[in-house]
Amino acid sequence: MDIKLQEVGFSYAQNTPFEKRALHDVNIAIENGTFHAIIGHTGSGKSTVLQHLNALLKPTEGQIQIGEKTIVAGKKEKDLRAVRQKVGIVFQFPEHQLFEETVLKDICFGPMNFGVPEQEAEQRARQLIEVVGLPPAILEKSPFDLSGGQMRRVAIAGVLAMDPEVIVLDEPTAGLDPRGRQEIMELFNRLHHEKNLTMILVTHSMEDAARYADAITIMYDGESVLHGTPREVFSDAEKLAAYRLEVPHIIQFQKQLEAKIGRKLNTLCLTEEELAKEIGQLVREERDQS
Amino acid sequence: MMEKMIFGRFIPGDSFVHKMDPRAKLIFVFAFIFIVFVANNIPAYIALVVFTFFIVFVSRIRLYFLINGLKPVLILMIFTFLLHVFFTKGGDLLVEIGFVKIYEEGLKQGIFISIRFLVLVFVTSILTLTTSPISITDGLETLLNPLKRIKVPVHELALMMSIALRFIPTLMDETDKIMKAQMARGSDVTSGPIKERIKAVVPLLIPLFVSAFKRAEDLATAMEVRGYRGGEGRTRYRQLKWTGRDTIAMVVFVVLAAILIYLRIYY
Repeated sequence: MDIKLQEVGFSYAQNTPFEKRALHDVNIAIENGTFHAIIGHTGSGKSTVLQHLNALLKPTEGQIQIGEKTIVAGKKEKDLRAVRQKVGIVFQFPEHQLFEETVLKDICFGPMNFGVPEQEAEQRARQLIEVVGLPPAILEKSPFDLSGGQMRRVAIAGVLAMDPEVIVLDEPTAGLDPRGRQEIMELFNRLHHEKNLTMILVTHSMEDAARYADAITIMYDGESVLHGTPREVFSDAEKLAAYRLEVPHIIQFQKQLEAKIGRKLNTLCLTEEELAKEIGQLVREERDQS
Repeated sequence: MMEKMIFGRFIPGDSFVHKMDPRAKLIFVFAFIFIVFVANNIPAYIALVVFTFFIVFVSRIRLYFLINGLKPVLILMIFTFLLHVFFTKGGDLLVEIGFVKIYEEGLKQGIFISIRFLVLVFVTSILTLTTSPISITDGLETLLNPLKRIKVPVHELALMMSIALRFIPTLMDETDKIMKAQMARGSDVTSGPIKERIKAVVPLLIPLFVSAFKRAEDLATAMEVRGYRGGEGRTRYRQLKWTGRDTIAMVVFVVLAAILIYLRIYY
């Protein structure tokens, strides 16, 4: 499912003295089946954009196309349920949305709201609890008895259970330990590849964006200012600095290395693995020459 | 939705009213509420309205905020107005349609009551619009201090009030967040049939309570860590200062009260 934002603007508290224009001239095209990252400094408007992606907020300027549905500024929309079923959002600290008596019921909450029969919802829950890496026995427990990391996985399973075509992630790893971070990101990456889900990651972690995204949009001061593949976006450190962002650590490392040895590597490496391979290659070449 | 709530909001400024001591403002508003009921004839109501708009002018609060403050009581206002118009008898008969009879006295009382509402809402709104919640609680605590002698836990009550006020915006933010998270899961309190909406309240309230309790616990720990031991011997960072400004306001009030009482007796 393609999502396209065209000239989108949004003002909070419109037509009151507290009116605040949070977004203007936002243009983002998210292609079906891609892993798209939206990055930006704190207060750049990325969370506001996120809420437009399944019509929790409606634009006050411009228009948004979500699959078949087009949401135009100023027009009343009645049935947004279909859109919300297709675009699942994993909010920041999603564990705060848990409320049911058991994990099973909580995972079933979403799908049953969208008219999935109880039996099928339960079947999905049993399957998904393993996908997110938790033992099935946890289904009968109260979500409030779990650890923070487990609660987050349950909440993620609750969103996945709606069987969305697009998953929007808002800082999904905030507050997790390094290992938990990696596991959660790997989980989404796996879902992206195995189920061909379109992923939209809203983050300020340049590392995650570099490692997982196919395309990146940079937000600055309520506006979408830069689009491209990670290599394109991260090749210009000065431009990023103007948007109050840094290139990923691994690229900083590569630049320093290149300056030190006085030689350029063949490609811009986005992950540690890539860089290790490049350096290995370099070492081999050097050895062969001498 | 939340950002439209204006009632009870503080708007910083540096007008005469903003700079008044919260104690003076509280006394003023409290006494004003009583004095409003002294008015019972046209000149007295004119005096009240003129005076109220004078305060509005002095406080430099935009009328927009006051009109918004009026919205929650609008239904009550209209209801009491209509009640008086249709059911109070006395004076000349103005209109008669079938069994509906409207008397002069009814119309007059209806208008009086509406003005009373208007004036009260405006003046109390000006109090909350020009005084930060913290100042209001500080003022209240000092004013109620004498009650400590009869073992009323004034400090604790004031603290409870200021904590409650402090957390209103936080809880509103939280509500908004959880509401959106549940909306994204297909449960919507803001639209749909009423039965569905009531069902959607539970998924909203439970997480909200859970986080409120957590917050309360954290706050209690944080206060204890910083050595909070109740109000005994506690000094203040914000000192309340009674100035000439406040005395002037009190004098103005006494004059208004005198005018209203005079009009009631001799008009």
